[in-house]
Amino acid sequence: MFEDLTLDFIIQRYNYWMVIILMVTGLYIVVSRGNLVKKVIGLNLFQTAVFMLYISIGKVIGGTAPIYTDNPDEVYSNPLPHVLILTAIVVGVATMAVGMALIVRIRERYGTIEEDEIAEIEQKLDRQEAA
Amino acid sequence: MLSSILAHAPALQTVIPLVAAPLCVLIGQRNIAWGITVLASLLTACVSVFLMMETLDGSVISYHLGGWAPPLGIEYRVDIVNAFVLFIVGMTGALVAIYARASIEREIDPDLHVYFYTAYLLCLTGLLGVTITGDAFNVFVFLEISSLSTYTLVALGAGRDQRALTASYNYLIMGTIGATFFVIGIGFLYMMTGTLNMADLAERIANMGDNRVIRVAFVFILVGIGLKLAMFPLHLWLPNAYSYAPSVVSVFLAATATKVAVYVLLRFAFTVFGFDYPFQAATLSWVLMPLALIAMFAMSIVAIFQSDLKRMLAYSSVAQIGYILLGVSMLSKPGLMAGIIHLFNHAVTKGALFMAVGIFVLRYGSSRIEDLRGAGRTMPWTAAAFVAGGLGLIGVPLTTGFISKWYLITAAFESNDWWLALLIVGSSLIAVFYVWRVVEALYLAEPEGKPAVSSAPLSMVLPTWALVLASLYFGIDAELTSKAASTAADLLIEATQFDSPAEPAKAVPGAIGAAANGE
Repeated sequence: MFEDLTLDFIIQRYNYWMVIILMVTGLYIVVSRGNLVKKVIGLNLFQTAVFMLYISIGKVIGGTAPIYTDNPDEVYSNPLPHVLILTAIVVGVATMAVGMALIVRIRERYGTIEEDEIAEIEQKLDRQEAA
Repeated sequence: MLSSILAHAPALQTVIPLVAAPLCVLIGQRNIAWGITVLASLLTACVSVFLMMETLDGSVISYHLGGWAPPLGIEYRVDIVNAFVLFIVGMTGALVAIYARASIEREIDPDLHVYFYTAYLLCLTGLLGVTITGDAFNVFVFLEISSLSTYTLVALGAGRDQRALTASYNYLIMGTIGATFFVIGIGFLYMMTGTLNMADLAERIANMGDNRVIRVAFVFILVGIGLKLAMFPLHLWLPNAYSYAPSVVSVFLAATATKVAVYVLLRFAFTVFGFDYPFQAATLSWVLMPLALIAMFAMSIVAIFQSDLKRMLAYSSVAQIGYILLGVSMLSKPGLMAGIIHLFNHAVTKGALFMAVGIFVLRYGSSRIEDLRGAGRTMPWTAAAFVAGGLGLIGVPLTTGFISKWYLITAAFESNDWWLALLIVGSSLIAVFYVWRVVEALYLAEPEGKPAVSSAPLSMVLPTWALVLASLYFGIDAELTSKAASTAADLLIEATQFDSPAEPAKAVPGAIGAAANGE
């Protein structure tokens, strides 16, 4: 299964390695941090990694920006993934904005943005309800 | 005149609520905003009925957005599979819009009503868009439109309970991870095929055969959508989101959001990857089926121990999604059909139940089971609606639940899995317990206090009963649902033999034109 895993194979795909590292870092931040803002930032990093994946697969070696020239031998990079990612960036920004807005509200109501402190307050609320 | 408008019905399906949404904010009067919302959602419902009638015989409508032919342009492709889901979303959308006004009166700050209607219409747009589009990346865009507005809608519950904020935040984190996984999957598919049009993808994947990238893409899409549809171990966002959201939002989400996600799963698993793709078949029967079975039992048992009615129904939803996925993972026509029928039946039943709970909340200011003691006597109509819905969850004959389980059990016997039939019956028995707990509190306990509000407005009672009657009607006469589901199952199974798209797919490097995918 791994017979084709040579050094060249690994180096040629350096864009994937970067994407993987960035992606896993982002996910790790989301899971491991208790601070709500840091979680959203981690999420953003995770999304950005996916943007990079899309952008890097659209690149053609030696290709230029996809603007029509008279030279018939001109090689163009594939613009479609870039366009897709423009949309995805908008989505990412919107997500981040909604997330931050929620954090502001959470801070107003709970007085904290640390996950464990919020959990404590919520447990107290649950107990009050049950009583 | 009318026929030229109807020719654009697929586009109107998403455009009507999309245009109505900003109008609500611009006008800024909550009564007018409600009027716009009701009008827009009724029109949307009419369009969805029209599309369903057009496709019930198995025909396919292909609508080219902006006149750009697929696979380069975005295509809206309506066949009975998504027309049926559009019908569910459209109908619930209209009923919920009517129901919303009185319900949010007490649960949301009046200044925020306009924004509620806007977010609601955007959510409707997103869900309809996800369902109708034939372009894989477009699914992601609409999915995020619906998700972002859902986060807002859930957070609006903060007027009643501040935990709605954290519920919404957690949903945002998990929902975004899910959507991003989905995009990664689409990215891998695009890398391998150079196209985003679903029909085109299906053809190219079929020609390419199995390979590692396609498998990875499939798994990413399965997990991403699994998060959105609350597939058993990925359901953690759902109970909090449903129980702290405003009642009307719970109705809408329970009846439509997860159903639309199930549709996306069906579409990708069967149309795009192909019904007979061996890796997928193995994943579905060895991973999805056990998870579905665990969901059916574990979540029903958890539901028994909930003290809050909404939370109980939320756990029951995860269990019911288990039934849908069980039908899907049987990988046979009867199984698929059972899954699709249950998709519809569960939307109707859960919608009715959550609407009844919304009326309880309006009158008692609480959805805790102990606060509702004796409500069967003070509010007989609503309590009766709840009981009818509850019977549907159990699967008592003459309710839609019975039809679903009948088809599921038949499918289990047809594939000689008699033990599955036993499990289906067994898990339905657990539902008896949690429904009985509520019935006991409603009818057998002495009423403690008088409800705070003396009577529920008709605009809430009528939609509730419309859904209850629908659930009884389709429990007796299942011809429409079974015909739609049967045709849909046929289409999904034969999906790989889609008629080829108008443009010769191979000649185009799949890249240049589909730029319309952008904004």
